[in-house]
Amino acid sequence: MPGILAFLAPKILRALVAVWLVTTVVFVVMRLSGDPVPLLLPPDAPTSEMERVRRELGLDRSLPVQYAVFMGNALRGDFGRSIHFRQPALDVVKGYLGASVELGLTAFVLAALVAVPIGLVSALRRNSLVDHVAMAVALVGQAAPTFFLGILFILVLSLKADLFPTGGRDTARNLVLPALTLGAFAMASIARLTRSAVLEVLRADYIRTARAKGLAEILVVAKHTLRNAALPIVTITGLQFGTLLGGAVVTETVFAWPGIGRLAIQSIYNRDYPVVQCTVFLSAVMFIVINLGIDLLYGVLDPRVRPRT
Amino acid sequence: MSDAPAVSLPPPLAPVTLAATEERGGAGGRRTARLALAGLGFVGLMVFMAIAAPWLAPHDPTRQSLRGRLARPTLEAPDGRARLLGTDQLGRDVLSRMIYGARVSLAVGLSAVVIGGAIGATLGIAAGFRRGKVDTVIMTVADAQLAFPFILLAIGIIAVLGPSFPTLIIVVGLSGWVSYARILRAQVIVLRSREFVEAIHALGGSVVRVVLRHIVPNVLSTLVVIATLELARAIVLEATLSFLGLGIQPPTPSWGGMIYEGREYLDSAWWISTFPGLLLMLTSLVVSRTGDWLRDLLDPTLRGE
Repeated sequence: MPGILAFLAPKILRALVAVWLVTTVVFVVMRLSGDPVPLLLPPDAPTSEMERVRRELGLDRSLPVQYAVFMGNALRGDFGRSIHFRQPALDVVKGYLGASVELGLTAFVLAALVAVPIGLVSALRRNSLVDHVAMAVALVGQAAPTFFLGILFILVLSLKADLFPTGGRDTARNLVLPALTLGAFAMASIARLTRSAVLEVLRADYIRTARAKGLAEILVVAKHTLRNAALPIVTITGLQFGTLLGGAVVTETVFAWPGIGRLAIQSIYNRDYPVVQCTVFLSAVMFIVINLGIDLLYGVLDPRVRPRT
Repeated sequence: MSDAPAVSLPPPLAPVTLAATEERGGAGGRRTARLALAGLGFVGLMVFMAIAAPWLAPHDPTRQSLRGRLARPTLEAPDGRARLLGTDQLGRDVLSRMIYGARVSLAVGLSAVVIGGAIGATLGIAAGFRRGKVDTVIMTVADAQLAFPFILLAIGIIAVLGPSFPTLIIVVGLSGWVSYARILRAQVIVLRSREFVEAIHALGGSVVRVVLRHIVPNVLSTLVVIATLELARAIVLEATLSFLGLGIQPPTPSWGGMIYEGREYLDSAWWISTFPGLLLMLTSLVVSRTGDWLRDLLDPTLRGE
């Protein structure tokens, strides 16, 4: 057990520092962005009323004090009350989190389920027509800007072909286009990396040995190739899951999907600091937890990474 | 934040010399070289289009025409100059706006690459050369930035400073420094331990001299590769911000802004969003492929980054 701790402790420490840095930057940026109080009150509100609201929100105190209070509260999961929604920021964000998780997980599962088999087939049938077409599509998928991909999907698949709705979140059909849009980049990256990881493994001596001893090709692929190619595939897949968080901001805006990405954008326009801070904090924590998870998975998949005890 | 091998930095690099590149040559190498040249030619063409926009554009990109609104793409030209790609909701010529839009994309993209490259290369070389605390601090900040949907930070900063050309350049530039820093740091760590650097040290050569004369020339080809890949990313980020209304403000034409404006009219006038979008996609694809080809040519060890 102490071995695992020694392996994880520095990683966890760095993850915590990263969360702290991100939170601090967001605090500074948001506080520099101007006074939210005039936005909250009617334009003719008296100065005394403005002062009262400012006091209520703690905006009358010095910046260092505001920062200390903010960090202390954030650690307890208290990000203050949303200025716009007039309820605790965490509750607001929680209300939108479900939609984002639903979209993110669907996009991710879709990406992985489509991309890994495609990458595998591409590698096994190297230089075939299937390989060329798949990799060309993957290259375009990686280069295409997320927001324009969304618009193309809307144009072709909902307005022209009338297969899916253009936005909103009423039925499962609403989920298809946003998930495709959000997952496209991840799908393309995972397919390309799977292909090169499998090609790499196929060149290894133990594959030749396995074939030489007469092992059925399917066993060569299943037992020797996939297991050895799994490591880089798991890494890129995990990293792509992290980038989905960023892509969600654009995708949710294009498809009017009621998730935390769209909430964050709207909250920035509303100068709703508590909600922005809470969203960003949660996104960073999720990203970092996912990365820690990948590191752990490494230990399981590759004994060489495991700390010696 | 991850020490895992496959995400970690690239393996040691030998300094790339022209001779080495030519040796690797062969049919595949020559093909890659031709492709990379063609890609650079495309970038040159875009730069030319941006500079020569007033002569190339068939119409004034901001001239509105109430009677000519939402006109379909056509070859017919009653006044001698067809509106090849149609007009937008204000009757402005889509093709002319796309040509002028290249100015924004390239100006922001290239400036951002210079800013991000300067910051990233300096910090990466400093981290790799100094190691210790400097290294820890720089890499922790880099990790933190990667741990973060940058688009949120960009939106926050732009909300504070107000959308303007300089803000946009700074934000897009800042978004890219981490990749330069991480990759160059790894190269410098390897270079630093090589005999020739140690020998110069032993001979009393100053740090500045070692870095400028011996480290920088050795990482230059890597720098070019990252900068090309970053250019594609910067152009897409600029378009994304303009699409969200945080980039270049109307009536200055930008590809992202055009795609945003056309979104309302997708059903009746698909061409307003689609043509600038396709050009953006093509640019992003060609520039990033050029980066890949340059990498294969100059720095094959960077593969898989």
